[in-house]
Amino acid sequence: MSTDHATETEETATGAGGDGKFGDYGGQYVPEALMPAIQELRDAYERYVVNNEDGFMDEFRRRLADFGGRPTPLQRADRLSERYDCDVYLKREDLLHGGAHKLNNALGQVLLAKYMGKDRIIAETGAGQHGTATAMAAAHLDMPCTIYMGERDINRQRPNVFRMKLNGSDVKPVTAGRGTLKEAISETMRDWAASVETTHYVIGSIVGPHPFPVMVRDFHAVISEEIRSQSRDQIGALPDAVVACAGGGSNTMGAFAHFVDDEDVDLVAVEAGGSSLSVDEEEGVAPNSASLSTGDEGVLHGARTKLLQDSSGQIMESHSISSGLDYAGVGPELAHLVDEGRVTPVAVDDDAALEGFHRLSNTEGIIPALETAHAFGYLEEYQDDLSGTVVVNVSGRGDKDLQAAIEETEARDVPNAPDMSMFSGGI
Amino acid sequence: MADSTGSAEAPEPAETRRSDGAAANSEIAAAFNDGPAFIPYLAVGDPSYEASKEYVEALARGGADIIELGLPFSEPIAEGPTIQGAIVRALEAGMTPNRYFEFVEDLAVDVPLVCMTYYNLIYQYSYDGDSEAQRASDASGGAASTGPAAFVARAAEAGISGLVVPDLPAEEADPLRAACDEHGLDLVFIVAPTTEGERLQSMMERVSGYVYVQARLGTTGTKSDVSDQTDRSLQRLSEWDVPKAVGFGISSGDQAERIVASGADGIIVGSALVDIVADGVDNDWSTEETAAKLESKAEELAKGATRGR
Repeated sequence: MSTDHATETEETATGAGGDGKFGDYGGQYVPEALMPAIQELRDAYERYVVNNEDGFMDEFRRRLADFGGRPTPLQRADRLSERYDCDVYLKREDLLHGGAHKLNNALGQVLLAKYMGKDRIIAETGAGQHGTATAMAAAHLDMPCTIYMGERDINRQRPNVFRMKLNGSDVKPVTAGRGTLKEAISETMRDWAASVETTHYVIGSIVGPHPFPVMVRDFHAVISEEIRSQSRDQIGALPDAVVACAGGGSNTMGAFAHFVDDEDVDLVAVEAGGSSLSVDEEEGVAPNSASLSTGDEGVLHGARTKLLQDSSGQIMESHSISSGLDYAGVGPELAHLVDEGRVTPVAVDDDAALEGFHRLSNTEGIIPALETAHAFGYLEEYQDDLSGTVVVNVSGRGDKDLQAAIEETEARDVPNAPDMSMFSGGI
Repeated sequence: MADSTGSAEAPEPAETRRSDGAAANSEIAAAFNDGPAFIPYLAVGDPSYEASKEYVEALARGGADIIELGLPFSEPIAEGPTIQGAIVRALEAGMTPNRYFEFVEDLAVDVPLVCMTYYNLIYQYSYDGDSEAQRASDASGGAASTGPAAFVARAAEAGISGLVVPDLPAEEADPLRAACDEHGLDLVFIVAPTTEGERLQSMMERVSGYVYVQARLGTTGTKSDVSDQTDRSLQRLSEWDVPKAVGFGISSGDQAERIVASGADGIIVGSALVDIVADGVDNDWSTEETAAKLESKAEELAKGATRGR
């Protein structure tokens, strides 16, 4: 990269100063029409989230407990602990209302929109987890809500579409490109550009222009806050490692945030390796979503970060067996922590993730989301590196993925899968 | 083709100056001297390199004073469905940044050309051939073989006079502005209906060439009414000494007339022209047929703008 890229002010890891920069990453690369809204949001973030003005954070935490069911348990996984000869603990975000960590952020942002006096919510969704969480939060707080979802994702995640509609949200299909999360984010930004005066955009991950990456991290940081106190209570020490899957990176940063300064705690971000880590430049396709492991620096959806892109800067179509990880970018803070050597990125491919899905299901009685399953693929593939206490963030449950899991299991040779042939064509 | 060396070296003194004193590109300044400027936009390479070249030349014949040439990016978040469609067609036909600059060099038009694109293509730019600009850069230590400096050097060499980058707000624009200053290119900013106060001031300090006044909130695309937000925006900018060109939604000569009558120094029209290209693709018109329709639409808009004076 040219020297122009190194002229930004340096900021420390998780801090992000007023300009929202993490090293060279982050910033506010958005159309001019959105800048005033982003500045308004930055002010609201500082007042209500950082300074708890009007008791915002107190109300947020109360609603997370009453409506969301926090705190979620930290549970020892006995079979996995035996298998890997170390103590494996599960942070059960799958038990949060809605079945995934996503509610932390959705509830926080919809509540913030109310404090800001906005009267409409829009959001994008990939797997549908953020969409369903936003729809639940919007219904809970009585806000009209429109969700943009790629057409391909709608087909992959039909039950989640029904859940959003049951909660009273309008679901708009996005047909551009390959019809996944990247296109849904672009389309939501277009809606926001037209409706910015009355509408808040509830972004679903630690991506986008400042203050979204820090704000979404702060709403999810309750995960690592609980892991800290629970591991002290239950184990008497901090864990030796925290492992989380990473797409955009919201559950990842949520699980890491309060450990960033504890250099003795290893932080492992498990990305979707898809079918291969190589790229097809001709077709503009990267058959993975491993932007931390393989991406280059660039600017997408309002922030400078690591991206899957071709040599001229066009954004690649990513791929993963799990639609929630299927994104060509990643949160700027995570990209920075990887460059700093604080977070270790690893890629786990579709096959290993599917094996991880079956392993957690049949040994621990927990059916994980396909996103989460990547973290269990990591435990298996890197078991020789594991020691002491390892906490895995179970970011979501797998009910939404049953159909995809059955189809993918049938299409592959998964050594630890049950015989699913009885379901052939019947679902 | 416009004389490219004129913009790559020291620009001549121009009438339009940025408030910090840097001279604007003289060709762009001149385009506003004889009455209101008609500034059409097309996505380069839509639907093919050859046809696109015919279309841009037709716009020049139809009375364009400046032409905005879109360099297609895969995630055009500021564009509505019409221009998104054009960008998809152009990318599918193989348009790339380096091919785009060859296109600019191939054009037989004598109006200033402004490159409209998104920041990632500038940030990632890497020159893939041999050029004067590249050799000069290599000779001086070669720091600018990639990124904004390399992009602007190549743009200046190809004959581009200015840049519009919709996802680059003034706050993030300093590296690009420095490169533009070095090569005598203008950096055009978009003022939205929501832009006020300090932000307006910050843009006034960085803008040169002309200011792109966004007529209404939302993405690009034609609208039957042109918002009264336009009048308010023009009012807010009345103190600025850069020309004010209004875009977003203009599709007819009558609208062009109204916008100029309410104080605009120029009109920018994209989607209404891209619609003609799209109709040509959908209805299998010949390249000549589409070019003729573009030329006559350009004439209508240019004449409308002149009537509004």
